[in-house]
Amino acid sequence: MSNKYSLGIDIGSTTVKTVITDPEGNIVYSKYQRHLSKVKETVTEQLKLIRADHPDERFTVSITGSAGLGLANSAEIPFVQEVHAAFLAVKKKQPDADVVIELGGEDAKIIFLTGGVEQRMNGSCAGGTGAFIDQMSTLLGITSDQLDELSLRAQKIYPIASRCGVFAKSDIQPLLNQGARREDVSASIFQAVVDQTVSGLAQGRSIEGKVLFLGGPLFFLQGLRKAFVNTLGLDEEHAVFPDEAPVFVAYGCAIYAATSADSYSVNELLEKITNAKTSDNIVTGEPLFSSQAEYDEFIERHRKFDLGYADMRTYKGDAYLGIDAGSTTTKLVLITDDGKILYHHYSSNQGQPLDKIADQLKRIYKEKNPDINIRGSAVTGYGEDLIKSGLAVDHGIVETVAHFKAASYFCPDVDFIIDIGGQDIKCFKIKNKSIDSIMLNEACSSGCGSFIQTFAMALGYNIAEFSQLGLFAEHPVDLGSRCTVFMNSSVKQAQKDGATVEDISAGLSMSIIKNAIYKVIRAKSPDELGKNIVVQGGTFLNDAVLRSFEKEMGRNVIRPAISGLMGAFGCALYAKERAVGEKSTLISAEELETFAYTSRSVNCNGCTAHCQLNIINFGKGRRFISGNRCEKGGGIKIKNKIPNLYEYKYDSIINTVKTHQPRKYRATVGLPLALSFYEQLPFWHMLFTTLGFRTIISDESSRQMYYLGQHTIPSDTVCYPAKLTHGHIENLLDKGADFIFYPCMSYNIDEGGSDNHFNCPVVAYYPELLLANNPRLNNNNFIHPYMDPNIRKNVINVMTKALARYNVKGKIPAAVDKAYEAMEKFRAEIANKARDIIEQARAEKRNIIVLAGRPYHIDKEINHGIHKLITSLGMAVVTEDSVAQLARTPNLGVLNQWTYHSRLYRAANYVTTQSDMQLIQLVSFGCGIDAVTSDEVRNILESKGKLYTQLKIDEINNLGAARIRLRSLVAAMEQSKNRTEE
Amino acid sequence: MSEYVKFTEEMKKTHTILVPDMLPIHFKMLCKIFEAEGYKMKLLQNDSRAVVDEGLKNVHNDACYPALLVIGQFMDALNSGEYDVDKTALLITQTGGGCRASNYIHLLRKAVDKNYPQVPVVSLNFSGLEKDSAFRITAPMFVKLLHAVLYGDLLMTCYNKCRAYEVNKGDSKKMLDKWQNRMGNIFRKKDKKYLKTKKIYRDILDDFASIELSSEKKIKVGIVGEIYVKYSPLANNHLEDFLISEGCEPVVPSLLEFVMYCAAGTFNDADIYDNHNKMSFAYKLGYKLLYAKQKELIKVMKEQGSFEPLHDFEHLRKLADKYINQGVVMGEGWLIPAEMAALAKSGVENIICAQPFGCLPNHIVAKGMSRAIKEDNPNANIVAIDYDPGATKVNQENRIKLMLANARL
Repeated sequence: MSNKYSLGIDIGSTTVKTVITDPEGNIVYSKYQRHLSKVKETVTEQLKLIRADHPDERFTVSITGSAGLGLANSAEIPFVQEVHAAFLAVKKKQPDADVVIELGGEDAKIIFLTGGVEQRMNGSCAGGTGAFIDQMSTLLGITSDQLDELSLRAQKIYPIASRCGVFAKSDIQPLLNQGARREDVSASIFQAVVDQTVSGLAQGRSIEGKVLFLGGPLFFLQGLRKAFVNTLGLDEEHAVFPDEAPVFVAYGCAIYAATSADSYSVNELLEKITNAKTSDNIVTGEPLFSSQAEYDEFIERHRKFDLGYADMRTYKGDAYLGIDAGSTTTKLVLITDDGKILYHHYSSNQGQPLDKIADQLKRIYKEKNPDINIRGSAVTGYGEDLIKSGLAVDHGIVETVAHFKAASYFCPDVDFIIDIGGQDIKCFKIKNKSIDSIMLNEACSSGCGSFIQTFAMALGYNIAEFSQLGLFAEHPVDLGSRCTVFMNSSVKQAQKDGATVEDISAGLSMSIIKNAIYKVIRAKSPDELGKNIVVQGGTFLNDAVLRSFEKEMGRNVIRPAISGLMGAFGCALYAKERAVGEKSTLISAEELETFAYTSRSVNCNGCTAHCQLNIINFGKGRRFISGNRCEKGGGIKIKNKIPNLYEYKYDSIINTVKTHQPRKYRATVGLPLALSFYEQLPFWHMLFTTLGFRTIISDESSRQMYYLGQHTIPSDTVCYPAKLTHGHIENLLDKGADFIFYPCMSYNIDEGGSDNHFNCPVVAYYPELLLANNPRLNNNNFIHPYMDPNIRKNVINVMTKALARYNVKGKIPAAVDKAYEAMEKFRAEIANKARDIIEQARAEKRNIIVLAGRPYHIDKEINHGIHKLITSLGMAVVTEDSVAQLARTPNLGVLNQWTYHSRLYRAANYVTTQSDMQLIQLVSFGCGIDAVTSDEVRNILESKGKLYTQLKIDEINNLGAARIRLRSLVAAMEQSKNRTEE
Repeated sequence: MSEYVKFTEEMKKTHTILVPDMLPIHFKMLCKIFEAEGYKMKLLQNDSRAVVDEGLKNVHNDACYPALLVIGQFMDALNSGEYDVDKTALLITQTGGGCRASNYIHLLRKAVDKNYPQVPVVSLNFSGLEKDSAFRITAPMFVKLLHAVLYGDLLMTCYNKCRAYEVNKGDSKKMLDKWQNRMGNIFRKKDKKYLKTKKIYRDILDDFASIELSSEKKIKVGIVGEIYVKYSPLANNHLEDFLISEGCEPVVPSLLEFVMYCAAGTFNDADIYDNHNKMSFAYKLGYKLLYAKQKELIKVMKEQGSFEPLHDFEHLRKLADKYINQGVVMGEGWLIPAEMAALAKSGVENIICAQPFGCLPNHIVAKGMSRAIKEDNPNANIVAIDYDPGATKVNQENRIKLMLANARL
């Protein structure tokens, strides 16, 4: 042990912490400070403070923290990994702790101390926590302290996806838009952080005993503490929140430093750090503008695309109101008969879109010339339904249509529109004056515009200042083009390497653009997009983003001056076109004066889905219900049931085990209602019941079912259908089956016409993973033999061996044959039903949607009721497997070697031959194979003039994006029908 | 399958075949073997950011990272102007099987078709795929390639060990270069000197053993994982170099293990699914030959004594049986848990599983099996590191540093 003072410097993603310990190891000084991305400056500043008190003292020193590695290396100061530093500190301060949970700016860590030391930190995908909370408070327009306060008054918790910050955000946004209480949302945000930490990090190890909580967020936020303590079921004695929590890791770092032989004075340290060469391994791009002149030319060019203005106080005549109730912002315009702008408004909705818009309307009514007659109004965006019923707006239209209307106004020949808003990217290709294809960003890469904003705020700038900074940056940083969580760590790395705020600002603008072009549009060359490109959305008001787009595309584009208001402008134009009467139905000035509403949430009891409904009451019998998937929850009477094969197939599977059960049975076999069983259940049920076994299946999937098995999931990036399987296994174990049967199958049924007939690796071998990760399973109660279902002899041999202990050898061949028959019968039944549905739909002149996924996509918890959403739009639904057999495999550019996926190609090919059919591909997030299939399915459809629509689904329960897509699809289908009739 | 440009007999003379940088040591020899047959080969070395950017542009972004990199590297090379695109072909390996990887060649063709429709893509495979190409592997070439794998594995093993401990920086690299040259010459000549395996093995071992090493104790870190990310410095951000700079000794299992795993898979499947035929019989014979070759190398390594011999493949199969069925044959399948267990048992308790982000088979065989392996080897310290175009080096390195801090406890 040295007799010197020791200094620990902890440089995290958002803060710098310093701790000094005396020779006895006591903390004599500590400081916690946000570095706002100025890492070196902040460290220097803190060292200077220390120098004031200890000008001549010599310290042993060490650096730790996720952003400290680079600095430590180049300044040649010893580095200690941060989890390890925490470990050292715990050993000293809290030696009897069993588990340590530490949340930092972007990291979450767990250290298990008893029963084998194990240190874990979050993977590259699981989003940050402190940064996530910051981002969420920004979304609500409050500080994180206010968020904390609100959360303490919560009454209920909403389920919020906890895996990744971006997903959670997609769950929260609609809650806000639908008017959920902010107190409840705040508490739900903290609960999501807890779930993420517990499930993502513990992975099968239970958090028990004395738990130590560390890190800034857990120190400052009471609500977060409460959520952790409640979830883990800890009492006061077992939940320890040490006073030095924020600087605990820095303390561990000082302990580590104490073992070092070298010592330095603060002046020597300052010198080392000032002279530290920042490494040059960051990749940089070209500057956005090389000169002021170039920038001026750019500004001048874009100034041309502006609208005329008229004064609301003096204008007389008809006017039209357009409202775009977006996810984070509210946009509103009032235009004259000839398209001049009378009034416009753009602001953050701070989670309260209805109030914001009502305020704006009041203002318009107050200021406008009494001789202005608002003759029509229309609304679009996430909040469309709410605003429409709340404020009695004439029309609600889908966003894509609104944007197209607005873009054509500026550029009648427009063939490509890209809109980057606060939360989403939308792109449309226009062919023959109608929307030809739509691309939306998936949940994974969203957070576009609001991401820059959050970042700007974290660095202490407002958005306008921040983006302006990037315009003349000399070396914009290349930050990659993935989801925001990745961008966060890319920025972290750039900071580490000494990039300036200017370079980061420009880099962020560029990555948003790259994200849009390569991830959403998936363009290979600019020519693919078209000649006349209109860009819009609030994010493009940012010159740096606009310039990045032009540079990346290598061509100039049109940005209307009202770029951020295009949705609202399109609505106003639509209202004008559709205005028939003399007056709009819009809420009057008088009604507005007394306008008020109350909201409450209930669970719908219409069916087993138990949708969480938000009921907003506007008084006078007007109310608005959201959160429902079908008409039932919306309080609408169903006149004519629209046929839906998803429901039929699901019911047949569920009901399989209700018949043909032996009265006396040898044993009870548990079959999990998961993955391949959604197709093969009839086979296994028949096989086992014929052999004299009773079969039971696990209960229907639900979010609760997922939580039941969450602690046994080893890979947090596997698809949701696979994750759900863990819950089904727990459920079967609880139900008391004698054994669970779940075969491994490299091969699925060979349906012909393909190069091979594999299962995907996850479906094929998931039983192996279940056995290895669920301690309740063993080779006795979990039978998972390998077999090839195409080889009868093999199935017989394998089953004979698997069931050896039950003495049924002689009966197996006959049972296997009956099982094949049952399977055949089931398949035929589905195909027949599909024929009936298509016939009925045609008689009723309905369009038909082939909702194409995998067998397990009929699970309601997996498809989130998308099929009901489709029928609610008046279209019939059939499955991919029911029509696949009606067509041959088309020419493909890839290896066609998976049974389930090969059906997609055939189903798509079939759809191209049916004028009243369209295909929608359901893709589970994380399905790597669909990265191969989706491009092929798109080619098959588009080559024959069909539309390609893809819906990506995960555990997120938010159907907002799906609704937009589906409604756009309907709009496009109508348009193309009108064209052919003309 | 749609039509694509075929590699014709004439192209053999006119075209330069570009080879992706998968296994730097092995692929250099592979090039020499083809050159001896009259092909013109070029091993790609480009690894700038442009490689990733080209990959992002030309491959579905959810496709796996290896596909993105291999295709990105080719496109970047074709764009560079260094090659006459009318006289260039591309070589890609193809394994077949239920993993997405069997589709690389098709994804590559799609990308090439859009930009350079005249450039043919040839498949390097041993499963009889793409028989209509003039790019053929004859029996003598096959034998040579097999030997290249063996020599490559030996050189890689010796080099990794020496590099971590060398007293005079650069000695090991010099030795490696010397042997790569020598092996290149041996493979180019017609006299079949490469068959004198025992002698050559011994010479390599003795030569590397002559390098002066320090006796410092270092942490051994095993690297397992997806075949491309495991070996290619381009994909794993120069993982071996990083480990050496952290004062560790990287231990990388041999390529031969993967080759044998592929061979064993075929007759294993025949056993499991009651589906025996001529092919499975042939594979069993082939496997036996491979195994004899492996045993010979192991024997020489043991006799010479300076280097840790490769894992005996039959031993690996037995280890696998403890954790997972050998029916798991997609991707690297059962080989990954077997290698992890073998490493842990041989004292290499710190193991990095390098894999592409979202790798489907690795959900099962890597992350899915870690728990069971740790249960049997309580000191095993296994981390899975994900690689993809967006993941940053700092995040990966921080996780590895955490593992090393654990190792030093």
